[in-house]
Amino acid sequence: MREQLGFDPPHQSDTRTVYIANHFPQHGHYVPQRFADNRIISSKYTVWNFVPKNLFEQFRRIANFYFLIIFLVQLMIDTPTSPVTSGLPLFFVITVTAIKQGYEDWLRHKADNEVNGAPVFVVRSGSLVQTRSKSIRVGDIVRVAKDETFPADLVLLSSDRISGTCHITTASLDGETNLKTHCAVPETAVCQTASKLEGLQAMVECQQPEADLYRFVGRLTVKQNEEEIVRPLGPENLLLRGARLKNTREIFGVAVYTGMETKMALNYKSKSQKRSAVEKSMNTFLIIYLGILLLEATLSTILKYAWQANSQWDEPFYNRKTEQEKNSSQILKFISDFLAFLVLYNFIIPISLYVTVEMQKFLGSFFIGWDLDLYHEESNEKAQVNTSDLNEELGQVEYVLTDKTGTLTENEMQFRECSINGIKYQEINGRLVPEGMTDDLLGESSPHLQLHSQQVFGTLLRLSSEEELFLKAVSLCHTVQISYDQTDGLGKSFPQANGSSPHMEYYASSPDEKALVEATKRMGVTFTGIKGENMEIKTFGRLEKYKLLHVLEFDANRRRMSVLLQAPSGVKLLFTKGAESSILPYAISGSIEKTKLHVDEFAMKGLRTLVVACRRFSSEEYEEVDRRLHEARTALQHRDERLAEAFDFIERDLELLGATGVEDKLQEKVQETIEALCLAGIKVWVLTGDKQETAVSVSLSCGHFHRTMNILELVQQKSDSECTDQLRKLARRIREDHVIQHGLVVDGVSLSLALRGQEKLFMEVCKSCTAVLCCRMAPLQKAKVVRLLKTSPEKPITLAVGDGANDVSMIQEAHVGIGIMGKEGRQAVGNSDYAIARFKFLAKLLLVHGHCYYIRIATLVQYFFYKNVCFITPQFLYQFFCLFSQQTLYDSVYLTLYNICFTSLPILVYSLFEQLVQPHVLQSKPALYRDISKNSLLSMKTFLCWTLMGFGHAFFFFFGCYLLMHEDTSLMGNGQMFGNWTFGTLVFTVMVITVTLKLALETHFWTWMNHFVTWGSIAFYFIFSFFYGGILWPFLHTQDMYCVFVELLSSGSVWFAIIVIVISCLVPDIIKKVFYRHLWPTSTQMSQLIEGDSGVSCVDSMCCFSEGERQHSWVGQAMERTLGRWDPTRISRSWRTSDPFYPSDRSILTLSSMEASHC
Amino acid sequence: MKNQGTTNRPDNTAFDQQRLPAWQPVLSAGIVIPGFLLVGLAFIGIGVALFVTSRSIQVLENDYTGTGSSVHCSECVNPKTTPCTCQLNFSLSALFQGPVFLYYGLSNYFQNVRGYGSLRRPSSSCAPYQYDQNTTIAPCGSVANSMFNDTFTLYQLVNATRKTVPLDGKGIAWWTDYNIKFRNPPEVDGSLAAAFNGTVKPVNWPKPVYDLDPTNPANNGFLNQDFLVWMRTAALPDFWKLYRRITEGEYASGLPAGNYTLEIQYNYPVANFAGRKSVIFSNTSWMGGKNQFLGIAYLVTGSLCVVMSAVMLIVYAKFNSPDEDF
Repeated sequence: MREQLGFDPPHQSDTRTVYIANHFPQHGHYVPQRFADNRIISSKYTVWNFVPKNLFEQFRRIANFYFLIIFLVQLMIDTPTSPVTSGLPLFFVITVTAIKQGYEDWLRHKADNEVNGAPVFVVRSGSLVQTRSKSIRVGDIVRVAKDETFPADLVLLSSDRISGTCHITTASLDGETNLKTHCAVPETAVCQTASKLEGLQAMVECQQPEADLYRFVGRLTVKQNEEEIVRPLGPENLLLRGARLKNTREIFGVAVYTGMETKMALNYKSKSQKRSAVEKSMNTFLIIYLGILLLEATLSTILKYAWQANSQWDEPFYNRKTEQEKNSSQILKFISDFLAFLVLYNFIIPISLYVTVEMQKFLGSFFIGWDLDLYHEESNEKAQVNTSDLNEELGQVEYVLTDKTGTLTENEMQFRECSINGIKYQEINGRLVPEGMTDDLLGESSPHLQLHSQQVFGTLLRLSSEEELFLKAVSLCHTVQISYDQTDGLGKSFPQANGSSPHMEYYASSPDEKALVEATKRMGVTFTGIKGENMEIKTFGRLEKYKLLHVLEFDANRRRMSVLLQAPSGVKLLFTKGAESSILPYAISGSIEKTKLHVDEFAMKGLRTLVVACRRFSSEEYEEVDRRLHEARTALQHRDERLAEAFDFIERDLELLGATGVEDKLQEKVQETIEALCLAGIKVWVLTGDKQETAVSVSLSCGHFHRTMNILELVQQKSDSECTDQLRKLARRIREDHVIQHGLVVDGVSLSLALRGQEKLFMEVCKSCTAVLCCRMAPLQKAKVVRLLKTSPEKPITLAVGDGANDVSMIQEAHVGIGIMGKEGRQAVGNSDYAIARFKFLAKLLLVHGHCYYIRIATLVQYFFYKNVCFITPQFLYQFFCLFSQQTLYDSVYLTLYNICFTSLPILVYSLFEQLVQPHVLQSKPALYRDISKNSLLSMKTFLCWTLMGFGHAFFFFFGCYLLMHEDTSLMGNGQMFGNWTFGTLVFTVMVITVTLKLALETHFWTWMNHFVTWGSIAFYFIFSFFYGGILWPFLHTQDMYCVFVELLSSGSVWFAIIVIVISCLVPDIIKKVFYRHLWPTSTQMSQLIEGDSGVSCVDSMCCFSEGERQHSWVGQAMERTLGRWDPTRISRSWRTSDPFYPSDRSILTLSSMEASHC
Repeated sequence: MKNQGTTNRPDNTAFDQQRLPAWQPVLSAGIVIPGFLLVGLAFIGIGVALFVTSRSIQVLENDYTGTGSSVHCSECVNPKTTPCTCQLNFSLSALFQGPVFLYYGLSNYFQNVRGYGSLRRPSSSCAPYQYDQNTTIAPCGSVANSMFNDTFTLYQLVNATRKTVPLDGKGIAWWTDYNIKFRNPPEVDGSLAAAFNGTVKPVNWPKPVYDLDPTNPANNGFLNQDFLVWMRTAALPDFWKLYRRITEGEYASGLPAGNYTLEIQYNYPVANFAGRKSVIFSNTSWMGGKNQFLGIAYLVTGSLCVVMSAVMLIVYAKFNSPDEDF
């Protein structure tokens, strides 16, 4: 009884048993299994656990935790500043983050509710009942109508077709837009109504949920007339949640996986945990600052006790200690003093750094999606940002590892050539022409003839039997689907009997197959579809029906696929096509040698090759084959292995028919893009699964390899020692001949050999090569190459580009993963950090966006540290003048608001809009990318530079004000004196102005927003201070700041002092900048100069006009600029033909048509 | 599935495309050299003006600690001699331009240490001077308790007779302190003393707070100018505080040449923390008292700018990089 109530441990077995419509067996000890309900939960929080869970997650961050500790210390011991000073910023930071995360989670909740509450129809006691999606249980029979998505993973029971088939599209799961046929087992396919299904006694046994979308192993047991019929179930029987029903009126299916156990839910991606180089340096800097903080606190504590050893300082008559102070123990006092100093100086760690960086990344990443230059008109796709954490990493890339097919090429296949029975053919005007006959045919092909070529040649020139068999093989051996436009799906799937509907369109998961079937159609052998069990083709108008017996699906290990057919003559035939390496070894007849030669020739031309073969079976042989296949397909355990065995048994003793050569067109501007990347100092490696010859020829045509390059080869190595020898030889050649550029070709096998023993030597060879091409690579090998690069001593930043599922591992492994929205589904895009529609967009993404993001965030980080040093060092210096008594220099409110109000906005706006050089210049001069490589703006040297400058400025603020005040004289005309708060406020005022102006000096791109926040921040500081000091705040227990600011500013001397201190802080900085710019200009600065040379630079368009005269004096121009005069007619061309850097202008890269039309 | 009707095409706005109109200044020599020259010359001008102004201000400072190098008031150093009055004689050879301000100066005196002012935690902000034998001290706290209590009287010696120079004690504290920030408790029956009933005077004080200035009833309680001046704690360990202004009668235009005697009530002990006391006569300009720093700072910064612009010019002439063609 207890067990029946489900107290047993839930489903420990390897399989789950689902009783259809929950008709549990009446007898025996049935143990109901417990399954998840059909609720999809993508949200992270609930209303109840949001606060604790979110707080916990946030305080796991080291910086937040640090501030929490400081806050707690302030609460516990007597510290110089009130807990509010660190509590409020912490609260602010935590709240901002919590609001952002809460909002995101709310959106997820909303989406979840929508999905979970969607109406669905379920069969309950013989009739259709409407219910909500979330109440579907495993075992329920669900009805899905046309164009609806499946609410759970269903095993198809029946459709409105007798055959029990239906079409679905899985675009939302894997992006494949082709129609896929799924089918029901015949026993259930007859139950087409709810009442019939109610009478169904059946059970599904299947594996436990797993994430692989393309794997499903199960069996269906149907009880009919006291007899149990067992049918195998595979992926073709399973309808996945998220997929959509097409061309079919309705289906019934039984839910086997529900809710979070569906394959879609199991495929939810956890966000990538990649961290950028900037973030790593940021953490290093934080640790250094923590060191400075501890040092300052320790020094202060020691000095305090050294000083107080003398009683005249320790306890003068005017400042007696309290009883409590006298009585507390020495050690406790020492510790609490140390902590108090820690609290006093804790602002040196910039609290708002993380929140600002996060906001900058989040907001800044929108610019990628908004970029028109990254928008692809034809596919209507714009760039997509999956993680904003890596924006700046785009500016740091040193190695680009790219896939070939679909990334460099269009993945749009065009049939070009074939070899049949040892004779090479070309396709010319929809006609197969043997080699050598090209000329006369071209001569006679008039437009008129071309129009009717198909009919004319079809009737006049009969094909030889070999040719015909080859074409039939190609047109039958595939898994292509046909879709008819304007099909209403109401049982009229194939409307026209003659089959030559103009609306007919092929859908295939592999573009090669589609190209081949289309090619045979042009040549007169048309595949018209699958009707029932038959595949139908039309050979020159004559309909032939082939009974489809089995499909041996393609997989990456076999690298081939086959169909088993019964020809109209009754002969059982096997057609196989696949990579030449996986077919030729099994071929026993046909002109093998010649075909091999032709395949190599095709590959040399950059064509993708497939070899086609066939095999005839006697009926005995076929029975054996059929039995083995059935056994393997129904096996519940080790099905894959057993299937592979069965396939190997079938696909052998082949008769070679020929080979096909399909061209994959290069994408637009691939060559320019690769050249631009090279100029930017980025090394491009191509990793492909293709043959060496194909890969090399594509490499050459896309400019990856040059004709002038010395191509080194490390291919077809058999053993470790051979490989090592070859590597040594290559290394020597590179050393001997370092003038010429080298390119390296490696294949998968040699690579794994090289990696096994000679990793170092291999990397050395690779790095001295300008271009590396790895062919015949398995997906995991691609990832391995990436990891090898990543972990090599220089730790270069890698970027992987790919479009297919086989690139996913590489995309995930690389520092930055880019998905190309191609034809091979969405998997690469889903797993990438950024997704773009075309390879050429990479140039803008890296050279422009990467550059901008990097300089923005680098300055942001440096500036944050700088401004906090400026902030807290005067506080430290002040301790030397107040007996290390932990007296604060600034008022608590100023301490609190410095980082969150007075200095936060200018840097945020800077970090969103700064452009050192205009985007089009960045793109036309890829070499500018070198200026920021190797994290140069965040190197230890620049960091020290900024920090020292911070200290320097702090000394200026403090000692400037000190010198002003220490002469003890009054600063006011009425002879009255200032106090300590006035002094602190003066230092603070100078600091706010200097720090803001320092950023203004760094800013090169002044939009109205920069002006607004820069001057606005200073103005806000003044207004706030007037306001804060102008009122006796009832809730403050001291009114220290009352009127301090007004009194301060009423003194003329103070104004003069502010001006001179601010200026003298900035002057050295300006001098340094000017000298560096003049004596050692970076190329970035030189291009700025060329831009700036022409006065106001062109702003609104890339098309600029030449400025005729330049008679303005420098001062005049400066005046004009400051006055903000901006006259569009004076806009000048921003880079001239006399461009000193590169003779060739590569600005054409992404000039969009719109902009071009202006010019 | 993509909706065919909508387009993903991003908006072609200047903001989205990062093409906002922007001013792009370049820190090049063409701007910086003349800029530096201008700023430098302006600063030198201001510096000279400030320096001259500062030079015109007269300051007369006398240390009267009585120990060490100080000769004045050495008779009062012994703390047993209380009350002690000492005299400080000085003579002016020319008119000391008015209005003249009289300051007292303390050095080595840390008014800025934490715990001295009301800088302790709120609960014990006045400790250890919150209570005197369980009676509340008014005004409480260390600052009030340690209020400076030397007094000065100035005489001009005219024909061997001492003529009192009137000292004006009004307006030495900040106007806002006196009129807004500090308030006396409401008077009870027209008597300020009654308002302070239930409180005791600070331990170190000779007389209660409502009796600070016997000459002027309006200058008592918390609203005593000397008290307010003292309560505005100084930022640095050496400080001056304004004691009196000489603005009345024949001395309004300054102290004429002649001999003067300053009579000092020597009460305030500074010996135990090695402090020093001094008394200062000074006049002011619009920029306040004598302050050499500003003038020097402007002169230095200004000349630095001028020199740097010259250096930059030389560097530019010598190392004209080929890419610049201005």
